[in-house]
Amino acid sequence: MKTENQKAWLFVLPVLLLVAFNALIPIMTVVNYSVQETFGNNVFFWQGLDWFEQILRSDRFHAALGRQFMFTFLILIIEVPLGIIIALSMPRQGMWVPVCLVLMALPMLIPWNVVGAMWNIFTLPDIGLLGYLMNHTLGITYDMTQDPLAAWITIVTMDVWHWTSLVVLLSYAGLVSIPDAYYQAAKIDGASPWKVFRYIQLPKMKTVLTIAILLRFMDSFNIYTEPFVLTGGGPGNSTTLLSIDLVKIALGQFDLGPAAAMSLIYFAITLLVSWLFYTLMTKDDAE
Amino acid sequence: MTLELHSASKVVRGITHIKPTTLTLQPGHFNVLLGQTGAGKTSLIKLMAGLDPLASGRIVMGGEDVSRLTPQKRNISLVHQFFVNYPHMTVFDNIASPLRVAGMARSEIEDRVAEAAQILQLVPMLKRRPQELSGGQQQRCALARAIAKESRAVFLDEPLANLDYKLREELREQLPELFAGRGAVVVYATSEPEEALLLGGATALMDDGTVTQFGPTAEIYRKPATLAAARVFSDPPINAAAITKTGTTASLPSGVHWTLTGAPAALPDGAYTMAIRPHHVLPVRQTPGDVAITGTVQVTELSGSESSAHFLMGTDSWVSLTHGVHPYRVGEDHDFFLDPTHAFYFEPGGRLVA
Repeated sequence: MKTENQKAWLFVLPVLLLVAFNALIPIMTVVNYSVQETFGNNVFFWQGLDWFEQILRSDRFHAALGRQFMFTFLILIIEVPLGIIIALSMPRQGMWVPVCLVLMALPMLIPWNVVGAMWNIFTLPDIGLLGYLMNHTLGITYDMTQDPLAAWITIVTMDVWHWTSLVVLLSYAGLVSIPDAYYQAAKIDGASPWKVFRYIQLPKMKTVLTIAILLRFMDSFNIYTEPFVLTGGGPGNSTTLLSIDLVKIALGQFDLGPAAAMSLIYFAITLLVSWLFYTLMTKDDAE
Repeated sequence: MTLELHSASKVVRGITHIKPTTLTLQPGHFNVLLGQTGAGKTSLIKLMAGLDPLASGRIVMGGEDVSRLTPQKRNISLVHQFFVNYPHMTVFDNIASPLRVAGMARSEIEDRVAEAAQILQLVPMLKRRPQELSGGQQQRCALARAIAKESRAVFLDEPLANLDYKLREELREQLPELFAGRGAVVVYATSEPEEALLLGGATALMDDGTVTQFGPTAEIYRKPATLAAARVFSDPPINAAAITKTGTTASLPSGVHWTLTGAPAALPDGAYTMAIRPHHVLPVRQTPGDVAITGTVQVTELSGSESSAHFLMGTDSWVSLTHGVHPYRVGEDHDFFLDPTHAFYFEPGGRLVA
């Protein structure tokens, strides 16, 4: 059929403009910075791919990337199983359901910088409730401002506290959508609780778990606010994750070129790993 | 082997789901639980399967008291209205799952699965997963699991309700022969009177959490013990009207009357409820004894082989069901002829008296 007129394009235009302003134009600006050097006054010098090369070869970037992967790995390995376990132990019906759901949703409702500040105050060795209790009452040395291990334990615990609920709520939604008939079939077969989990609950939760893992990966890989407020990347550089390092380069040192190149590399890694996760987790269904 | 309930009841949080029920179900034919939605068919099945605890009474299978046994120990199968299969197992593994849990030898599992798959025409699909099958195939997979297991009792809880019309008829025809000669007690729950009649065997009418009548299907159809039973076992709904009996004359409130003969004539005078199935209320006179009534046609339905008319006589709503296509004009008065020899008479309490 022949297209009589091109009016349809007009209807797409608003979305096109929106996407252009909130995604394409900012990204292209970053691309622009990443291949040039500037000393202010709108004077630019062509750099080619020098910044990319510099970033990819820098030990500092490697270290921050390593810490970032370590952080995300810890987050996923703790939050996903923990979230599933909590979801499994939540009641499916009765008056406690809304209570549990609200309790679970609470941490997620708190703004990110507030979470950072809360945990900072909570863990300060001399005035924080936890810090004081550990150091002065229990006699266990715990100082996240001095000790890298303590700092890591604190940021990981904080993230687990803040975001495990997301995995819980998504898993729970998957669990309650399983009809009773499946559990009855398992009872009649005499399947053990593990087999019920492995062959009924896990397969039925798969779709929501895929989404939960993807969201937790992206969020934890791009995390900035909470560790920035809690530790500021310290002590030393021990909790300087990629985004914190990026902001240090861009705004602290005002190296716009390298920062732009790093942003693009960061973005590419996030995209690549998300795609890998998604492909691996949905491969089964496509067979 | 028989399946016996001895005043078995079920109470959940103070609410009685199944009133004390006594019933003996035999193998060799279908035992149909017929009742409307909410009558307690599924509750009774779950009780017999051991999925819910008994509040009182006993359940005996083949002489053995199984009241306290888990569903697995009772060795039963259950096929649901939904197509319940393990989603991440192949059809083969699904059919084999109860046998594997029971620890059966691999070669025997393969034989049994092959046999069940053969009977249910699932051989080409054995390597597929349930979600790659059509609804009918998924339900056949669930049935194959029940057959391969060779359990002592098979519970089919409205297994055809979610299938389309054609598949339903096809599978319903196959069902009795699937379980024939296996020695299992087969219990089939349905809300459709037609299914009970087609599957034959014995029927237990259920109403309000209890079995109101149990016996060979044809017998129950011919002699419903109560008005409620007659209502359950009739589709379209049975016509019921208040009558007054004086001497050998029965009269409707509208004044229409006829002469009673046989058992109804011997009843003491008084008020009764007469019930007559829609296919005994016809638009054409069949026998000289037919009673003519007149009603205003409200709704007509044509199914091709049958026509039904809902008509109002006074304030009573009546239904007539006749073969072939009959021309009714909605809103106009038509004569209908009921054959009183096919009427049931119930006392005011609802019990059949003649």
